[in-house]
Amino acid sequence: MGELLGHSVAQAAQRIAAGEVSRGEYFDAWREAAAGDELNAYLWRAEQDPAGGDGPLAGIPVAVKDLFCTEGIATTAGSRILEGHRPLYTATAVRRLAEAGAGVLGKTNMDEFAMGSSNENSAYGPVRNPRDRGRVPGGSSGGSAAVVAGGLAPCAIGTDTGGSIRQPAALCGIVGLKPTYGAISRYGMIAFASSLDQCGPLTRDVTDAALLLAAMQGRDPCDSTSVGIEGGIEAPSRTDLGGLRFAVPAELAGDAIEPGVRETFEATLRRIEELGGEVDEVPLPHAEHGISAYYVIAPAEASSNLARYDGVRYGMRVEPEGDVVEMYEATRAAGFGDEVKRRIMLGTYALSSGYYEAYYGRAQKVRTKIAADFDAAFERFDFVVTPTSPSVAFELGEKADDPLAMYMNDFFTVPMSLAGIPAISIPAGLAEPEGGGPRLPVGFQIASPAFAEQRLLNAAFALEQAIGLDLPPGGAADG
Amino acid sequence: MIEREQVLHVAKLARLRLSDAEVEKMAGELSGILGHVDRISELDLDDVPPTSHVVDLENVLRPDEPRPSWPREAVLEQAPDPADGAFRVPSPQSEA
Repeated sequence: MGELLGHSVAQAAQRIAAGEVSRGEYFDAWREAAAGDELNAYLWRAEQDPAGGDGPLAGIPVAVKDLFCTEGIATTAGSRILEGHRPLYTATAVRRLAEAGAGVLGKTNMDEFAMGSSNENSAYGPVRNPRDRGRVPGGSSGGSAAVVAGGLAPCAIGTDTGGSIRQPAALCGIVGLKPTYGAISRYGMIAFASSLDQCGPLTRDVTDAALLLAAMQGRDPCDSTSVGIEGGIEAPSRTDLGGLRFAVPAELAGDAIEPGVRETFEATLRRIEELGGEVDEVPLPHAEHGISAYYVIAPAEASSNLARYDGVRYGMRVEPEGDVVEMYEATRAAGFGDEVKRRIMLGTYALSSGYYEAYYGRAQKVRTKIAADFDAAFERFDFVVTPTSPSVAFELGEKADDPLAMYMNDFFTVPMSLAGIPAISIPAGLAEPEGGGPRLPVGFQIASPAFAEQRLLNAAFALEQAIGLDLPPGGAADG
Repeated sequence: MIEREQVLHVAKLARLRLSDAEVEKMAGELSGILGHVDRISELDLDDVPPTSHVVDLENVLRPDEPRPSWPREAVLEQAPDPADGAFRVPSPQSEA
């Protein structure tokens, strides 16, 4: 049993395909592991093997962020307002995984409506980081990262709007990939900020991330903004970085990065050079305004998307004495948590008469400038690299009362989201948290031009092999 | 600086009922966040076109063919208060 759970997805799929392991046996082993969840990472768990089709992922259980609609299975988006909601249809990304043979192992906890960087904003309680249970797993796909790092699922999918796959992957010590906007259909993903939301894999290694991406990517008639990745995705195999140029944002030097994270980042840059890659600085002068632009654009889109939760067609309703407007207001007051209310307020303000141009209009122009900075960088470089997060996993409650400090977690991940380009976080090493204590995982972020996922995965694979970090799922990283 | 009255106005637009304590807290928090966001007012953005969408697509069309929709009963099963094959809501007019 333990041996089975030790396999990567690629290894397990191979053994199932070869008939060495039965898919029922493999799925049951993972159901048993998932049943031992002490991290509050699952909101729902499968009771039997859903028996998907044959394909490259035949027999592989996948943990699915509770933001993806699953037909007949409760889908809450981490919110009280959708408690008990059973969608009538399944998200395209989940359906594609099933068509490739995978089955849904469970639905994972998350920050409410994907708004958060710590998973403390879930209406169903915070998720704990399997590497140190007193710390956050990151967010908003915190449950998906925790189940993979905690040995409760072989792989997971999540969504990333401003870093919600990459940051929890970094804080839990696993791989997280945000594909190009448009690579995977958003159909059936409960909308947060529609011009930014993108689905992606959270896995133990880069090869598994490629496998899941290959199954999920593609054009979908149900999402007019989905285009897919031309030529598809293959397993990465590159072992050197010869001839590849890596750019480090020049502005990085002045930013608030924990010393341990900076050391690991710099050691990884040296590793890239040992593998034959070139490392140089590039100016990305507008990236530092990413947080400002993002925290106008994303809440503005959210305030519009979340207008649909009104207690009429689905979800909860609070029925006060009074008219329909009072019903809307009472339902939304009771159904949404603090962070969601804050973002709805922020977005509504930014779109309101008299403030639209100063906030939303300007933020959209900053978005253009950030994308142009990346375009200029990619004329001379293959990749842009940064730490994924300015710190290792922080303590539960540490930033919960300071929204702006929490938003700063997204400093390095938001610019790529605004530009719509793909970025991957891979575990690069371990570092002591600023206040001392056992060492925790540090993520290294690599971004590439739009739809260059294959090159991105190849480079990440080469680097992953060279780093050779042994972070077995299930417990402390520094044990 | 966001004043209490502005918070109440925006909450009304957003159909959110906030308690007095929430209004006070929201005023402070929104002021803090917008104070940070205000840094973009220093940038020269005069001739910069806005980006609303990053994928270069326009007018993605499909044939306009009739298809079956969701069965009414299945949809209404999810509703908090279905009645007579429809969604029932409180009266839009206050009785007061």
